Amino acid sequence: MTTAIINVSLKAGVLDSQGKAVHHALDSLHFKSVSDVRVGKQIVIKLDTDNKTTAMAEVEKMCEEILANTVIEDYKIELI
Amino acid sequence: MKVTILQFPGTNCEYDTQHAFEGLGATTEIVWHKSQTIPADTNLLVVAGGFSYGDYLRSGAIARFSPVMKAVTEYANNGGKVLGICNGFQVLTEAGLLPGALKRNNGLHFISKHHTLKVQNNDNIFLEKLNNGDVVNIPIAHHDGNFFIDSDGLKDLYANNQVLLTYSDEDGTAKNPNGSVDSIAGICNKEKNVFGLMPHPERAMESILGSDDGVKMLQGFLSL
Repeated sequence: MTTAIINVSLKAGVLDSQGKAVHHALDSLHFKSVSDVRVGKQIVIKLDTDNKTTAMAEVEKMCEEILANTVIEDYKIELI
Repeated sequence: MKVTILQFPGTNCEYDTQHAFEGLGATTEIVWHKSQTIPADTNLLVVAGGFSYGDYLRSGAIARFSPVMKAVTEYANNGGKVLGICNGFQVLTEAGLLPGALKRNNGLHFISKHHTLKVQNNDNIFLEKLNNGDVVNIPIAHHDGNFFIDSDGLKDLYANNQVLLTYSDEDGTAKNPNGSVDSIAGICNKEKNVFGLMPHPERAMESILGSDDGVKMLQGFLSL
């Protein structure tokens, strides 16, 4: 069994208005050291394989085909 | 003239769209997303507005993989006319039939109100009844209407007259409700047979309901 943890977030350079709103909220709570906030989503997928190489290839295909919209989003995959 | 209207779980503008086109004299058929085919006599295929699959993952992302979408892609690639309204526009960008993507509105709010739009290019069947520079009053109702495209993609849109409609004030000056690149509200593909817009022309068919400017837009397709 392999678990894939996928983080999808807007690409650098694509305005993240949710991140901006959270930044404003943190600012109004006096967390003054915050310089930037990005909001993304996490998708956790369990796969019936122990082969990390094939698991990674399969999850990358999932990200490209549906989990991320690569016009505006980047993804990072972690396998455990 | 036959209009086929797609219905996904969560679509909610299919009957408005049907009412609008039937009022113009077209015959219509609503097709459930599980269908593998679309009617052979279809002259225009409309991907109606709503919240297909509850907007889960991203707006339009899951609808794109519905069984009917294979037939839609084939129909579009063979030159068939396709119109995506609101969620339908999102589905068409996710399916790669139109360029760009629709992001969350910059203000993060769902926006539901009448908005004026400026006609940018009428050299296509959708807007041929209007003149460039005309201003129309059409309702918008969306949470993810913030059109994004990278700078190369934007250049292509302008080079091929693919920018159809922009958000404006009543005088035609750009006015941007949601953060869209260059206030873009509607585009088409290079071949000018696939159209997408966030505003709802099918909700602007009777002046007693606020505007009948949608009539001139949808009428363009009646010559099919």
